[in-house]
Amino acid sequence: MSLLHLVVLAPFLLAILIPFLYKKFRHIHTGWFVLGLPLVLFIYFLTFLPEISGGGAVQETVPWIPSLGIDFTVFVDGLGLLFALLITGIGTLVVLYSIYYIANKKDEPLNNFYVYLLMFMGAMLGVVLSDNLMVVYVFWETTSLASMLLIGYWFHKERSRYGAQKSMLITVFGGFSMLAGFTLLYVMTETFSIREIIAQTDVIASHELFLPAMLLILLGAFTKSAQFPFHIWLPDAMEAPTPVSAYLHSATMVKAGIYLVARMTPVFGGEPQWFWLLSGFGIFTLLWGSVSAVRQKDLKAILAFSTISQLGMIMTLLGLGSAAVHFDLANGETLYTTAILAAVFHLINHATFKGSLFMVVGIVDHETGTRDIRNLGGLMTLMPITATAALIGTFSMAGLPPFNGFLSKEMFFTGVLNATTLDLFNMQTWGLIFPVIAWIASIFTFAYCMIMFFKTFTGKHQPEKLKKQAHEAPMGMLIGPVILASLVVVFGLFPNVLSYSIIEPVMRSILPSLVSDGGEFYVNIYHWHGPNTELMMTIGVVIFGSLVYLNLKRWQEAAFFLKERDPLNWLYDNSLVWLIDGATWVNDLQLTGRLRDYMAYMFVFFAGFMAWGLFYFDAIAIDLENTAPISTYIFVLVAVLILATISIPFINHRITAIIVVGVIGFLLALLFVVFRAPDLALTQLLVETVMVVMFLLVFYHLPELKKESFKPTMKISNLAISIAVGVFASLTALSAHAFSYENPVDAISNYFIENAYTLAGGNNMVNVILVDFRGLDTLLEVLVLAIAALGIVVLVKYTAKGRENL
Amino acid sequence: MNRQRLILHSMTKVVSFIILSFSIFLFFAGHNEPGGGFIGGLMTASALLLLYVSFDIQTIRRVIPFDYVKMIAVGLLLAIGTGLIGMLFGLPFLTQFDDYFQLPILGETHLATALPFDLGIYLVVIGVALLVILTIAEDDS
Repeated sequence: MSLLHLVVLAPFLLAILIPFLYKKFRHIHTGWFVLGLPLVLFIYFLTFLPEISGGGAVQETVPWIPSLGIDFTVFVDGLGLLFALLITGIGTLVVLYSIYYIANKKDEPLNNFYVYLLMFMGAMLGVVLSDNLMVVYVFWETTSLASMLLIGYWFHKERSRYGAQKSMLITVFGGFSMLAGFTLLYVMTETFSIREIIAQTDVIASHELFLPAMLLILLGAFTKSAQFPFHIWLPDAMEAPTPVSAYLHSATMVKAGIYLVARMTPVFGGEPQWFWLLSGFGIFTLLWGSVSAVRQKDLKAILAFSTISQLGMIMTLLGLGSAAVHFDLANGETLYTTAILAAVFHLINHATFKGSLFMVVGIVDHETGTRDIRNLGGLMTLMPITATAALIGTFSMAGLPPFNGFLSKEMFFTGVLNATTLDLFNMQTWGLIFPVIAWIASIFTFAYCMIMFFKTFTGKHQPEKLKKQAHEAPMGMLIGPVILASLVVVFGLFPNVLSYSIIEPVMRSILPSLVSDGGEFYVNIYHWHGPNTELMMTIGVVIFGSLVYLNLKRWQEAAFFLKERDPLNWLYDNSLVWLIDGATWVNDLQLTGRLRDYMAYMFVFFAGFMAWGLFYFDAIAIDLENTAPISTYIFVLVAVLILATISIPFINHRITAIIVVGVIGFLLALLFVVFRAPDLALTQLLVETVMVVMFLLVFYHLPELKKESFKPTMKISNLAISIAVGVFASLTALSAHAFSYENPVDAISNYFIENAYTLAGGNNMVNVILVDFRGLDTLLEVLVLAIAALGIVVLVKYTAKGRENL
Repeated sequence: MNRQRLILHSMTKVVSFIILSFSIFLFFAGHNEPGGGFIGGLMTASALLLLYVSFDIQTIRRVIPFDYVKMIAVGLLLAIGTGLIGMLFGLPFLTQFDDYFQLPILGETHLATALPFDLGIYLVVIGVALLVILTIAEDDS
């Protein structure tokens, strides 16, 4: 157990202490106890920067289940470190923000909140820093669980529970698929370690399980990262407290899928399926999310769809960049790796501006009591600091200079334009759709960014529509958005502080095969590229985006804008209803509550199973040569037996039926006599006598048999089932008999015959077997009798008092 | 008491003893001839049933004051205990022994531990049969 393992597990350990701290120090906000941990972890992870940016990696292993090849290996490389810094850095700010956001110490279950949040933080660190796929999966599902708990934090609200259930169902569905994908990877490579799997990429690429494994893992990544059509859980997850939305649903958890895709790029990248799935779904998600965001009236809903859209953009870039794996590029070739560079850069940018925007929205909500843009307006003078942070965030999101969003948007355009020049995977014919869709989506992105800022902070202030007197937020709440917004500006003005410290190592992690030892990717981010296509596209985005925003009033009455909810929700909600209805239908269909139906199922299965066995193995054999001679009185006996049996269904009196059943029993005893089994015959006679007496006693209490009228179909089906069971049981018996002559087995009875007297000292072999050779059977059968008798006593004597309760 | 009952009662008194004796014969014959604990037990139970059928239950309860639940328990304990004898000597459960002994009256007799085991079964079967039938018969709800 090294320090690194302790770092990953630290949030879990602190989470154990939180309830005690909460109870013990009621007057101190529990958040203060939490705040130190992410900060310390953030600083600790910063110390890795020199090592990692030099191209190194740190690895520590603790065996967990060595027999299954599952070790808790913490592996820190560029990609893992970037995510670890995001998780701990934004985590610190979110915890600080939440202390002021959930300020009410008395009514809020703060211990729940911080336990869930720490659980999430630890799980997320585990996902990004684990090298073993099974450990990744364990932490992955823990993030789903923690996310569900946090969304349902205000569990008294119906919408919270709905959102929590929805996110749980969708992400766990993806998680399970991912587990299956990981298992397939193990089948292919016989290791769970990501390092070793990457080393065997050539084995995987030619393996027949390549495509199933890839699809299953992508399903996990797409559900977690809210890609179309699995994005529908994210807008409903906005019922969570705003710090949670800021942390989980913008900066960290939804990027777990991005992380997974980046991590798996060396394994699956360079193949057309991976390329098309990622960039296809990504670009569509980008468009869908940005168009849907424009329709929203709730600030958090706008941000949710905006997150979906931005995640789609990162996914597209990862998809386009994976084409680079296809070429064995020399160092310094940037045409294809630009997309990966843009993806990594935008990942960082998105975390900064989206985190700050969520916090801003939280402040607006907290200080005015509403998030509805129709009720907000003119807050700029009342909340100047918040407005500034919002301005920086939204303009960066829209892709305007001098903020970092502009740079990543330019690089995004470069990436999609480069895609058109690719001459593989059918890109010659389809390549043009990427820049076109990207451009349209960017117009809508610009539009909703403008809506967000101008509808909230400019225009006419409407205090009568607000629940509270709007004023500036307390300092503690502002620290988070201010730090993030200043990072937006810093990264915008000096993007190259990131280039070689963090972005280049991340690119190495994503594209390890493209860089030789000692070589590195060329990363240089700058503002002015000259008047190229990308700049023209941005100018077009600003012009058309402004047109969309200015003409918004005209479109607001259109049906398209009135429908806020994503149409896919209809499908989700109804498929849940259909699932339950269908299950109920199937249930009602088979569980009728009538014993005769269940008997029919059993007998049909019984007959069907025997029939299947007989026909499938071609086992029907009737061999009458080896039968013993049949004497005349056996024929007579059997004839009477059959007659008595057939008469039973036609008898309408209980007593008669009992007597006829008794007749059958006595005839059986006679058969035993004929077949020389005196003990059996004696027992059968006596048991039958006692049984008839007992039947008569019991049925004395029962009313006369009612004349039941069955439907003719019921009669026929009963008859058919009975005949089938009889026929197949007989066929099975006859076939078994015939086969026993083909494959003779030495009967064990010879042993008993030889040894009954010498070993057990008895001449009655049946009795010797019963009490000596197989005495245990007898003992337990007698026990069965005793239990049956006691059961009857209890039933008859001791239920009478409590009968009303039955 | 009418004549019918009188004949029935007299016959029962004679017949039940014959059946009882025959059942005991069946029980002891079990090792070498058809018979054994199960059949013997059922036969004894039928003899007692005959008594119950011809006389009323209270009379028989007074004359034969057996608690059939205890009889079942004793029978089971006897059967299990016989099985445990072998374990005392480090042999598997239910190991049976048999040998010839010189007894005062009977002379040389073949005795086997199968006999107490069978006796246990005998008792359980009697107990079960009578307990079940009497419980149902006495239930007047």
